[in-house]
Amino acid sequence: MSRPVLEVRGLSVEFRQRGGAVRAVSDVSFALDAGRTFAVVGESGSGKSVTSLAIMRLLPAPAGRIAGGAILLREGEAVHDLATLPEGAMRRIRGRLAAMVFQEPMTSLNPVLPVGEQIAEVVRLHLGRRHEEAARDAVALLDRVGIPSAGSRAGAYPHELSGGMRQRVMIAIALACKPLLMIADEPTTALDVTIQAQVLALIRELQDETGMAVLFITHNLGVVAEIADEVAVMYGGQFVETGRTADVLTRPQHPYTTALLESLPPGIESRAPPRQILRAIPGQVVNLTRPPTGCRFAERCPLHIPDCDGAAIALRDSAAGGGVRCIRAAAA
Amino acid sequence: MIPRLRPVVLLGIAVLVVLAVSPWLAGIDPLKISVVDRLKPPSMRHLFGTDDFGRDVFARVAHGARLSLWIGFLVAAFATLLGASIGLAAGFFRRADPFLSRLLDALMAFPDILLAVALMAAFGSNLGNVVIALGLVYAPRVARVVRAATFAQRSTLFVEAAVSMGANDLRILLVHVLPNIMPVLFVQATFVFAYALLTESALSFLGVGVPPEVPTLGNMIAASQLYFDDATWMMLFPGIAIALAVLSLQMVGDGLRDSLDPVLRSAQ
Repeated sequence: MSRPVLEVRGLSVEFRQRGGAVRAVSDVSFALDAGRTFAVVGESGSGKSVTSLAIMRLLPAPAGRIAGGAILLREGEAVHDLATLPEGAMRRIRGRLAAMVFQEPMTSLNPVLPVGEQIAEVVRLHLGRRHEEAARDAVALLDRVGIPSAGSRAGAYPHELSGGMRQRVMIAIALACKPLLMIADEPTTALDVTIQAQVLALIRELQDETGMAVLFITHNLGVVAEIADEVAVMYGGQFVETGRTADVLTRPQHPYTTALLESLPPGIESRAPPRQILRAIPGQVVNLTRPPTGCRFAERCPLHIPDCDGAAIALRDSAAGGGVRCIRAAAA
Repeated sequence: MIPRLRPVVLLGIAVLVVLAVSPWLAGIDPLKISVVDRLKPPSMRHLFGTDDFGRDVFARVAHGARLSLWIGFLVAAFATLLGASIGLAAGFFRRADPFLSRLLDALMAFPDILLAVALMAAFGSNLGNVVIALGLVYAPRVARVVRAATFAQRSTLFVEAAVSMGANDLRILLVHVLPNIMPVLFVQATFVFAYALLTESALSFLGVGVPPEVPTLGNMIAASQLYFDDATWMMLFPGIAIALAVLSLQMVGDGLRDSLDPVLRSAQ
């Protein structure tokens, strides 16, 4: 087995606030091989976006900071620890070795620059291309991400393109320097379902072509099933369950994963009668200003027993070869 | 790409061009003194009449308008450049903001005219100093607005996206923030241009602006106040020229802002 492109070890992120620090991400570890896709799934506030921002070192300064752990990015023989790299060196990594696609294609592009120019900018910056060369690269990239008549579209402004087109442009920008790692932070959330499928297919296709690793942040289990090789379910800043996608989605070990899967509305092809009551998980997302000592899901958990509140729960190896953070995993 | 301009904008530009080249159109010496022609009302020989030294008011308005526009332009350029630099720095670099903002507050605490008069008193009265003094008076206003606009731009997602692509601070400022605040900057620049025209006239009127023998519109109005009852034309024509210039500037500024904005441009 090859060595992973990205290895995150014990990553913790803190936000300073009035009344002390909030640990938004605690002790997150995973490894991601080239050509593979790792999805982090969780509800709003679970810390999944913060994890991705921490890896790119884009946490809002000065409130957010990496409180511990290592983020190892492997470039050939060299290993960069993104957690401790100086800002100048980090800038040479961003866009070149690790690129990011954001959730909102409507606002992630500069409204006063033609899209071709925005792609060319990255190419010039990192690969030192000259102006005309970069412009040609931009057109080729637009063509590659499936934008019709790329030559003339390169001169278009973002507002002249649809949401799906803009997300393709964002992907073209991320792809411009053939990064080792692409982080996609809910790239399809703002798009409608057909466009969503096209964009997912595009990402997969480009991944096969370039061999990049993809870290995929989403709250959509359907998207996870479609794209991810492995998945981590995040709750309250912790990974509560990790494993191969098929295992986690079909045989969930953690009661939170089970509850998430049960709260999915029935598929359109299912025989279930219409207008059923949607099942939600009762209660509120755990308050991270005062996290409980024991299991963070305890107060919403149907399997809750007094032992759950005792000490911090560790991520144990699960039967299927993944990990699960629950003392009652066998009972789930 | 040449942005399409609306008719009012073209009209404004036309007026400004006429005012700017008017000395050559007039073809009369604005400094020629003729005692027999003193305070003559408008006629075929002197279209706008003559002043208290028998100088042709038409020629003086023509020369004065050009000079006043030139001063206004230089002030606008100076104030915009200085104000935009300070505003960008204050809006982008958090550490610099408190210091720069207090500096701007201090400068803006003075009334325009008072500060301009004080600076002129310190520098001495000549054309270059008028430009510097008015530039210093108006730069804080530009800086304030630019700072606020920069603030808004800095927290946009496309700036974050640019950071995530490895762009450094200077690049983000010049490529991503500056072009997006251009419309704001343009409006401010035209405002400053127009205000500078007015304030320069006021300074001249108060006798601390451009030396009195130089025909600027303000100097002419200042000189006319003694003769207001008998020779209204001495005040009327330079006044109209100021009003026309300021109005045209505002129209051009608005139009340019609209045609600089890609969203508005495609809506036209």
